[in-house]
Amino acid sequence: MPNSKKKLLQGNEACVEGALYAGCDFFGGYPITPSTEIAEILSVRLPQRGGKFIQMEDEIASLGAVIGAALAGRKALTATSGPGFSLKQECLGYACIAEVPCVIINVMRGGPSTGYPTGPSQSDIMQAKWGTHGDHPAVALTPASVQEILTETVRAFNLSEKYRTPVIVLYDEIIGHMREPITIPEPGELEVINRAKPECAKEDYLPYDENYLVAPLAPFGEGYRYHVTGLNHKADGFPVNDSEIIRENNERIMRKIDENIEDIEKNEEVFLDDAEIGIFTVGSTARSARFAVNALRKEGIKAGLLRPLTIWPFPDKAVKKMADQVKFIVVPELNLGQMIGEVQRVGNGACEVLGINRVDGESIHPTQIIDLIKKHK
Amino acid sequence: MAVPAAKQRLSVPFDYDKYLRPGKLPHIWCPGCGHGIVLKSLLRAIDKIGWEKDNLCMVSGIGCSSRTTGYVDCNTVHSLHGRAFAFATGIKFSKPELNTIVISGDGDAMAIGGNHFIHLCRRNIDITVLVYSNAIYGMTGGQYSPTTPAGSYATTSRYGNIEPPFDPCEMAKAAGATFVARSTAYHTKELEKILLQALEHKGTSVVDIIDSCPIYYGRMNKFKSASHMMNGLEKDGTITVAQAAKLTPEEIGGRQLRGILHQAERPEYCENYDNIIVKQATATKGA
Repeated sequence: MPNSKKKLLQGNEACVEGALYAGCDFFGGYPITPSTEIAEILSVRLPQRGGKFIQMEDEIASLGAVIGAALAGRKALTATSGPGFSLKQECLGYACIAEVPCVIINVMRGGPSTGYPTGPSQSDIMQAKWGTHGDHPAVALTPASVQEILTETVRAFNLSEKYRTPVIVLYDEIIGHMREPITIPEPGELEVINRAKPECAKEDYLPYDENYLVAPLAPFGEGYRYHVTGLNHKADGFPVNDSEIIRENNERIMRKIDENIEDIEKNEEVFLDDAEIGIFTVGSTARSARFAVNALRKEGIKAGLLRPLTIWPFPDKAVKKMADQVKFIVVPELNLGQMIGEVQRVGNGACEVLGINRVDGESIHPTQIIDLIKKHK
Repeated sequence: MAVPAAKQRLSVPFDYDKYLRPGKLPHIWCPGCGHGIVLKSLLRAIDKIGWEKDNLCMVSGIGCSSRTTGYVDCNTVHSLHGRAFAFATGIKFSKPELNTIVISGDGDAMAIGGNHFIHLCRRNIDITVLVYSNAIYGMTGGQYSPTTPAGSYATTSRYGNIEPPFDPCEMAKAAGATFVARSTAYHTKELEKILLQALEHKGTSVVDIIDSCPIYYGRMNKFKSASHMMNGLEKDGTITVAQAAKLTPEEIGGRQLRGILHQAERPEYCENYDNIIVKQATATKGA
């Protein structure tokens, strides 16, 4: 990357760089700590390039406006934190069933409720998966560095455009507010995906054409006149009561993610090949885990780290492999035990699974991980 | 009896099919409901203003009124309960060239969507809002709404409603809408004219349309039939602004005013933002 720009950026600033790189041209948001910098910076940057920024009256309206913008053909973004993410669940479900691409950034802070606005947490892992009612696809990415916030925001847009589904980027306040030197990629350096547009005759267009796993999405105002609803609908977008069509559509929106799991899944492995002790974690906690693995290796203890950058869909295959290989798995997380349940589900008794949990607004220190592993091995 | 020649229809009947999606009728509305009449007035107004269907966007929330969007052949969104205002803001702001109409009901706009309604009016974004006001939640079976008159009955106010009703027009005006009007499903020609003016207006326009729900509100409040209800609430229960100007408040009594209730000029939201874009783009280019 000889011409790439080096910059010292905060995580939330890197998120903006990633969004703009991906072609984001609409932001609808509501102020909330610790994500507000994203809105503030985009309010300056978007109009400079002809994009649209709007501060809506609440968190619900923010995602509502984003969905509207996406239907009008824009690449739309919103950013929030725990309490706002709770409010966004209604529109999130709508984007899932109506298959509207959009990206939601959640800079995780302490909860429940108003909780600890300026403290980090990873307590929205399960909300990202199960927060909105009904069965629905969930795609959530978990960057662990300022650079990764940029690249994963680009990937979030790409996945949302490709699969016509909302994509959530989850990172804790530590990553959101830390500053690191990063490289801004040159145009063309990272892949940027735009949603497929219909090629059929305008009168033949079906927004949920069952011949596709992911049907092309026409922007409003280009002659493809169609209907969008949050009700169960058929290929033409109109509500149905036909149980067969309802089943097929509900299963298809899950299938489009499940059948493309290899494309969506992304993991980093650190010394996992010969590991006898596994660590599974994301975000700032993964930074402590990496430190712990390196320290333990120096002492001859074969620890390894599995770090998913896609937490949803859950990396079942990689976790299963690790569970079959190691003596025990440690799951450090800034909550009282969310990811650990998934690791136990996948491991299904193949090995012991131990949690390290913190909900005091402090980070998990490498020594906590090292001490537990030494004591337990 | 033969119709006198002078009264015979001279013009060709309006072709509603031009704006309706083939195969989507009959609609779901109950016999006696005025929603279909309102829709017809709206389609005639759209035809008069000459908007192309490709550039027309209709967004609705949830409820009986909100099913309107399914029948109209344009870019349509049946959004979430109360959220049509937010969805429509995103669409209009993204593509100001799309002529955007929100179809809502009294529960959708005044209760669950009340905050979004207020802020849409405040921004003065160029969207026309139709509130089908039938003073009841019809879709869920007749519960009282924020426009249900005090003392009247609903399935959740069996002992008489103790809450005072909202006036959607006063709310719209106070929030900053620059065109506020009221009509009824009964006054079809007047409604068409008012809707046309609302569509022509640059900025947020709100039209409160008094409409009857004979099945729920009517039965619970002892209206003998749909026509009794229309006559009682829409015809006799309202008075034009011009008529009211000649009467004392006592003479007007409880009748609601029809016609344009408020009109003002104020910069429109998308145009305001476009000015920022132009300035910023120029400034960035120059730097």
